[in-house]
Amino acid sequence: MTTPTIVLVGHGMVGQRFLESLADRGVTERARIVVLCEEPRPAYDRVQLTSYFSGKTPDDLSMVEAGFMEKHGIELYVGDAAESVDREARTVTARSGRVFAYDALVLATGSYPFVPPVPGKDARGCFVYRTIEDLLAIEEYAKTATTGAVVGGGLLGLEAAGALKGLGLDTHVVEFAPRLMPVQVDEGGGAALLRTIERMGLTVHTGTGTQEVVTADGSVTGMKLSDGSELATDMVVFSAGVRPRDQLARDCGLTVGERGGIAVDEQCRTSDPAVFAIGECALASDGRVYGLVAPGYEMAQTVAATLAEEAGEGDGFTGADLSTKLKLLGVDVASFGDAHGTAEGCLDVVYSDSRSGVYKKLVVSGDGVLLGGVLVGDAEQYGLLRPLTGTVPPVSPEQLVLPAGAGAPVALGPSALPDDAVICSCHNVTKHAIGACSSLAEVKKCTKAGTGCGSCVKVIEKLLPAPADKGLCGCFSYTRSELYEIARALRVTSFAALLDSHGREEARGGEGCEVCKPTVGSILASLNNGYILDGEQASLQDTNDHFLANMQRNGSYSVVPRIPGGEITPDKLIVIGEVARDFGLYTKITGGQRIDLFGARVDQLPSIWTRLVDAGFESGHAYGKALRTIKSCVGQTWCRYGVQDSVKMAIQLELRYRGLRAPHKLKSAVSGCARECAEAQSKDFGIIATAGGWNLYVGGNGGATPRHADLLAQDLSDAELVRLIDRFLMFYIRTADRLERTSTWLERLEGGLDHLKDVVVHDSLGLCDELEALMAAHVADYQDEWAQTLDDPERLRRFVSFVNAPEAPDPSVRFVPERDQIKPDLTILTLGRTNSTLEGASSR
Amino acid sequence: MTTLTTLTTTTLEISPDPGSWVTVCEEARLTPGRGVAALLPDGRQVAVFRDRSGRTYAIDNRDPFTGAQVLSRGLLGSAEGRPFVASPLLKQRFDLETGRCLDDDEVTVTVFPVRVTSHV
Ligand code: SRM
Ligand SMILES: Cc1cc2nc3c(=O)[nH]c(=O)nc-3n(C[C@H](O)[C@H](O)[C@H](O)COP(=O)(O)OP(=O)(O)OC[C@H]3O[C@@H](n4cnc5c(N)ncnc54)[C@H](O)[C@@H]3O)c2cc1C
Ligand code: SF4
Ligand code: FES
Repeated sequence: MTTPTIVLVGHGMVGQRFLESLADRGVTERARIVVLCEEPRPAYDRVQLTSYFSGKTPDDLSMVEAGFMEKHGIELYVGDAAESVDREARTVTARSGRVFAYDALVLATGSYPFVPPVPGKDARGCFVYRTIEDLLAIEEYAKTATTGAVVGGGLLGLEAAGALKGLGLDTHVVEFAPRLMPVQVDEGGGAALLRTIERMGLTVHTGTGTQEVVTADGSVTGMKLSDGSELATDMVVFSAGVRPRDQLARDCGLTVGERGGIAVDEQCRTSDPAVFAIGECALASDGRVYGLVAPGYEMAQTVAATLAEEAGEGDGFTGADLSTKLKLLGVDVASFGDAHGTAEGCLDVVYSDSRSGVYKKLVVSGDGVLLGGVLVGDAEQYGLLRPLTGTVPPVSPEQLVLPAGAGAPVALGPSALPDDAVICSCHNVTKHAIGACSSLAEVKKCTKAGTGCGSCVKVIEKLLPAPADKGLCGCFSYTRSELYEIARALRVTSFAALLDSHGREEARGGEGCEVCKPTVGSILASLNNGYILDGEQASLQDTNDHFLANMQRNGSYSVVPRIPGGEITPDKLIVIGEVARDFGLYTKITGGQRIDLFGARVDQLPSIWTRLVDAGFESGHAYGKALRTIKSCVGQTWCRYGVQDSVKMAIQLELRYRGLRAPHKLKSAVSGCARECAEAQSKDFGIIATAGGWNLYVGGNGGATPRHADLLAQDLSDAELVRLIDRFLMFYIRTADRLERTSTWLERLEGGLDHLKDVVVHDSLGLCDELEALMAAHVADYQDEWAQTLDDPERLRRFVSFVNAPEAPDPSVRFVPERDQIKPDLTILTLGRTNSTLEGASSR
Repeated sequence: MTTLTTLTTTTLEISPDPGSWVTVCEEARLTPGRGVAALLPDGRQVAVFRDRSGRTYAIDNRDPFTGAQVLSRGLLGSAEGRPFVASPLLKQRFDLETGRCLDDDEVTVTVFPVRVTSHV
């Protein structure tokens, strides 16, 4: 018996889903699978295409898990398209000349953007918006452009317009229909949408067609519109709909629809039973071509089931939901079900507030069944309403559209949804299936729900069991940020007071624990700026903070003096060398552009620091959840590429934020140009010089889960930069959880980067004055902890190995030589006794 | 005004072996919620703690998980009303009254009796 061959033409979103379904069903083990992929890269997430402009790389967008093809023995030909099909011989010929014989052929060729046949449409500066290559080309061209126009005001057109705007272009949208998103929203919704879009700074021309693209020397210079006006523009992006790519099918004589699309039956079989068509290229048995990914996924599964010869062959594909939500910066638009109210006898329930740009319409049947709706300006309820479509909602439709506080008593909870309600329409996942999981990560892994357009994530989160207890620890039922607010509002200055007034009932009057004590200690330190080791605060700090040094594995300490920006004079270098030599310390250059001295006994710390402070050094806070280092590159002063003085800026910033206590450590770097030698994009806040000033990136992380920082603002002056960092840091300190780096905080922050921008750049919460004032207080009150400690004999008393023998060194801290320096002698530790004693009493 | 209490010093003592008591330090040296280390005549090290309510505890200073003499530098806490210290190195917690490790049933550290004596 020979192995059958399945050939897949087109490796897009649906094609990849088809391959996964084959693998899930074990078909990949029984059959040879060949894939022809026209694009220069394997399948990627086209739905999230626009997120490329907010920092996703083509790799991030990939839909193929590493090793997937190899694991399942799939032959993938990237960059090779199918050119012709010989149905008689059952072969496919590729552009490269390769010929593949098939037993089953699956066409998943997707669609192509329709470009209206206007003169000038092929000029330099004309683009479509479909592939990563399109976006790369748009991005490149936009660098030299100032104005851009998008032809088409539909879902994708607005997405493209948002992208052009984001690239800094003066952006126009030209829509032939009398309103934006004509397919999805009705007139009222269109009006609300128009206001919102215009408020974002885009210019909209509705009821206007494009007559001609005006060119000079082969490049776009403008557009002639049907109303006789002319629009000056440097580039044009066509987004006037898509057409199924059915040419291959036409050429080999398969039946195609009158208006395009490869005709298929419910099993997605074309007019030739050995050939299937799925996704956007298919004309489904209900007479529609679906331009959404969810129906394509269903088709992929249908065909995989058929090829796996599964009993019953499933239900087949009979049609799908056309609900959509716009993924555009700052605009909430959604439509679902029978949005235009075409069913007989149906009623509209409309809420409209033209000031705020909110418009909501629900369509209900005479007997109260929810048929569909349109939400503009506030699509919060989309995730809930969509699954309720087809049912009689548990509350009246009026209550569903009225805004909270306007007599709407209910926030309709996901608990009201029936078990078989489809929560994730991209992946067709029901409430029941989600109920079987216990975390969002698990839901994504097991059901894929939430991994498509992402619009269902909010509802999924509500369906999951709330983590039993969000409290910080066994002592507090509040989170760190809640405790911060409590301490700030009530001016709490003592841990004991906070525990006794706001701790869990059973923990009041107790000691607290190793989790809440340092956390509250840090909150009090960032609010009060006092010396952190006096009075009660002393008992809260982790050991490292308590001794202002980092404990090492044998109980000795490391000493890290601050070296702002990594700049150091030869004299200071010599002092560090001398101190290390005189105290016999191991020295190492750290990853943070400074020098670590290891192997100090606790009782040696004050003498070491006396020498360092005398030479002008300060604490480097290597021990604290505080600002660590601000690395720099050498920058403009020396480097031939530098465009700003990165060293000076790094020093200025390090001196400003030194000593700042935070939920976790803070790291930063400043690079003198885009070559980024200081690796600023891996930092909590990173700064890269531009010809016009500084770009500020936030939320970067190295460490265990690296994350590239996101661009927060561009071309800032020195003063603007400092002010924005002040706000950013204080907002983080105020709202982050314990041990949450800025990267994880930003990922968790509702609304993400956009929300952060709103708060710290646009001051949407009116918080900025207060944030700046808090930072100003920190800067004004900063004092070097080590100098403060050395000044006070009382504070120095803790630096002894033994309270009853202050002069005695700890005999368990010993070292052995290695590479001309020292290392801890661990053998004494394993022996368990530093002195052999007669008693031999076991310590167990 | 001079009162009797200001003339009184209160000293902490621990008993390393039945019947013998060793002076550690004045009670006031201990910050509530933290510890100190004391050296015994035989070279052993003891970690001595005082909690918020003034109760004192003494256990072996050696962290059994790393061998380092560091338990005195851990943070005090309470769980279900029982006091513990968390090792500053790998954070295992030890019950201050029994020496039992709360994070590993197999491990215990020695507990020493402590007393406070006042002298005028
Ligand atoms: C000394 C040093 C290694 C070296 O020899 O170069 C070091 C040493 C330690 N690092 Fe680090 N890290 C050092 C640079 C880094 C860097 C590189 C950098 O800063 O450019 C990173 C990755 C960048 C980042 O943080 O995003 C780094 C990521 C970590 C992490 C993982 C953080 C994360 O978010 O995943 C930890 C663990 C933690 O903090 O929870 C950590 C924790 C530690 C601790 C505190 C572990 C511990 O608890 O004992 C080490 C204490 C050192 C000590 O006793 O002095 N260290 N560590 C570096 C000190 C830099 C400095 O001058 O302050
Ligand atoms: C910007 C943007 C935003 C979108 N947003 C959403 C959304 O929010 N929700 C939603 O449901 N849908 C959205 N869509 C639509 C969604 O991307 C498509 O429905 C989906 O990609 C269709 O998958 P497909 O596999 O059928 O086609 P495609 O993903 O287009 O894949 C077809 C592939 O076949 C290749 N191909 C064609 N001919 C050949 C040949 N002869 N040989 C070899 N290869 C060939 C093509 O190059 C292409 O790579 C969006 C689309 C875009 C462009
Ligand atoms: S980042 Fe630019 S300025 Fe700085 S050292 Fe590198 S190349 Fe030079
Ligand atoms: S609805 Fe799109 S990911 Fe769930």
